[in-house]
Amino acid sequence: MNELILELRGVSKSFPGIKALDRVDFKIRSGEVHALIGENGAGKSTLVKILTGIYQPDEGEIVLNGKRVEFKNPIVSQEAGIAAIHQEATMFPMLSVVENIYMGHHLKNRFGFVNWKQMRKNTKYLLSRLGLDINPNILVKDLSTAQRHMVEIVKALSLNANIIIMDEPTSAFSMRETEELYKIIRQLREEGKAIIFISHKFEDIYEIADYFTVLRDGRYVGEGVVSETPQDKIINMMVGRSLTQMFPKIDVEIGDVVMEVRNLSLNGLFEDISFELHRGEILGFFGLIGAGRSEVMESIFGIVKPERGSISLGGEEIVINSPDDAIKRGIGYVPEDRQTEGTILSMNIRENVTLPIIDKLSGRGILNRIKENEITNKYGKRMEIKASSWEQLVNNLSGGNQQKVVLAKWLATEPRILILDEPTKGIDVATKSRVHEFISELAAQGLGIILVSSEIPEILGMSDNIVVMHEGRITARFKREEASSEDLLKAAMGTSLERAI
Amino acid sequence: MKALLKRREFSLFIFILFTVFVISLRAPRFLEWSNLYDILNDTAILIMVAIGQFMVITSGNGGIDLSVASGIALTGMIVGMLNQYHPEIPIGVIILIAMFVGLILGSFNGILVAYAGIPPIITTLGTMSIYRGFVFVLSKGEWVSADEMSNSFRHLPHGTPFGVTNIILFAIIVVVLAYIFTTRTKTGREIYGIGGNRTAAQYVGINIRKISFMVYAISGVIVGLAGLLWVSRYASAQNDTAMGFELQTVAACVIGGVAIMGGSGTVPGVVLGAIFLGIINNALPVVNLSPFYQMAIQGFVIIFAIVANTVVGRKTQASLARKAKV
Repeated sequence: MNELILELRGVSKSFPGIKALDRVDFKIRSGEVHALIGENGAGKSTLVKILTGIYQPDEGEIVLNGKRVEFKNPIVSQEAGIAAIHQEATMFPMLSVVENIYMGHHLKNRFGFVNWKQMRKNTKYLLSRLGLDINPNILVKDLSTAQRHMVEIVKALSLNANIIIMDEPTSAFSMRETEELYKIIRQLREEGKAIIFISHKFEDIYEIADYFTVLRDGRYVGEGVVSETPQDKIINMMVGRSLTQMFPKIDVEIGDVVMEVRNLSLNGLFEDISFELHRGEILGFFGLIGAGRSEVMESIFGIVKPERGSISLGGEEIVINSPDDAIKRGIGYVPEDRQTEGTILSMNIRENVTLPIIDKLSGRGILNRIKENEITNKYGKRMEIKASSWEQLVNNLSGGNQQKVVLAKWLATEPRILILDEPTKGIDVATKSRVHEFISELAAQGLGIILVSSEIPEILGMSDNIVVMHEGRITARFKREEASSEDLLKAAMGTSLERAI
Repeated sequence: MKALLKRREFSLFIFILFTVFVISLRAPRFLEWSNLYDILNDTAILIMVAIGQFMVITSGNGGIDLSVASGIALTGMIVGMLNQYHPEIPIGVIILIAMFVGLILGSFNGILVAYAGIPPIITTLGTMSIYRGFVFVLSKGEWVSADEMSNSFRHLPHGTPFGVTNIILFAIIVVVLAYIFTTRTKTGREIYGIGGNRTAAQYVGINIRKISFMVYAISGVIVGLAGLLWVSRYASAQNDTAMGFELQTVAACVIGGVAIMGGSGTVPGVVLGAIFLGIINNALPVVNLSPFYQMAIQGFVIIFAIVANTVVGRKTQASLARKAKV
């Protein structure tokens, strides 16, 4: 137990313009959960891709069980017992669970044909071994994110992997699902497997990891035993400085009601949602994944029509039929999934920023490029988007910068109300802090802000008032000073604390 | 049974039965066995080529083979002229030559798409013109007519040594092989893999280039066989053979539930899609519609079938999702 099975020595990897990894050392022992920590762009994903044979290192060596090896392609790495559960979707949505597990290494019968019966049997066995209740014949597109993740773990087991890499597994999980994952990870650790665990969440790291290695800007910074290292120290290693002010909330005088929502309901998704939003207020919406928060926001923004209830802006009851309506009324919406909903990756920064206001920038149907550039410059600079020029494709920006583009885009519409859905999900600590500062500044300028977040510290640190949802209903409301993490969680998990108003 | 009802192929099958029923109300002789048999004979080539098209589309990344009709014309002209000048070559050898010519045409597409990285629609639009152009170059604008073909050549599609016409037999062989290939072989399943999610396919170590080359090569072999059957069946090799046929093959796939983005579709679906088109093509003259309307109506029916199929598919899915939640 706990002997060294894999070691990277002085591994480097460069891409045009950047050194993604610079002489990195990394050791993994069996029966260990090893957290790989670092901000976005620290080189974690590159390291994973080298371990899985997708990239080849420029220099340095990989030593497996004492022998030098080369992972020329993903198959070699797989055969060496390494399996990765990547951050990007690496599943086949239109194929069954069975086939997702066996794609690339289908079992064959003695005639050389695919042995569906055996594959189904093995899949059932592996699923039951992990205590998972998933039908092996169901298409993966019909599974929840967490279930998909579990299927990926089963896939790793089907490959007899000894080293399993999990890249931000819990980012889209509910609490219960995270618990289930922890249980499975513990079971795998008992069996002597090594798990490389990449996460942005300290809760995860302290809950499940034994050991950690920190990378920063492609370099190895340090390692240690998790239980002996305080969070501050790890943060310090990650950013190279301590973040004194994580939540730069400015005290703002709360003004008049800008939006009032009454009994908004949509069959099966949410019921009787009522709240008020004031000028200068940050209203936090907390809940677990699937609580219906995003759906409420989508219906306020006119993407889906609510069945009942009313929305009033500045005292006047209105009907919002489309996002275009919402924008004209001064509502901005930054969706959760910036890759698919927030930006158009194949367009450049300027085109993204001016997209919602393109009407305003066009005189007689012709787009005014000078005005367009002015606006992009104004909001791009204000958001501190890091790019070689405003003509750079959004696709080539880091996650944090993409999020800044989304924010710049909505600021350009000069909204009175801004809805932010998980604005800091999956972005690095420094950018996160910057985004928080902006949110705070916007509120100070008199915007009403709805902040949907699943991170308790973010909600507690940023909100003036907090609404908690559970299964489509509001279960509690808190003022900033009354709220505690325990109460938030209780309400999010279904204990109703809603007092009569 | 429940699984069967959920299948898209099943709803398409019911839709076909319904269509046949409606047509027979106006033209009762449509239901006669000899007419249905004719439809099968007429549709056999479409079924085969649509199956090649299905594999290309399913391989994803914009996969489409627009050169199939030109490929049919070119192979047809090559084997037609070969037969004209060398009638002594046995028909068995001609079949192999046709498939080999098709393999070369398909492989050329495959190399351009899989190894040179040219988008499939550009590649096959280009080769569509190239292959059609070669037909003219080769024939110098002349036809190969029935009296210039040998008997064994002309009788190939119509012979019935195994109880059904050879052309139907060929179609059955292609369908059965394709069904086994796409459901029971590792390589066949990997077509769905690269079409469903390329990144994921790369990560599990599938040779993406090899598979995407292969689907065009397979489509080519089928096209070669279809070219021979086409000119021998109509007993003439012309410059405009199979003009516009590529769109029929794509339509058959889409009606048959093949996802145009790749990664999903089945051989039975494609066969039903092709048969549906065959029925429409055959029925419109039977119900005494003016030929001027036929093409437009055909288009409407195709769109209607696709919309109906999509809506049914979506509804089934929605109801399943609702059940899953409860």
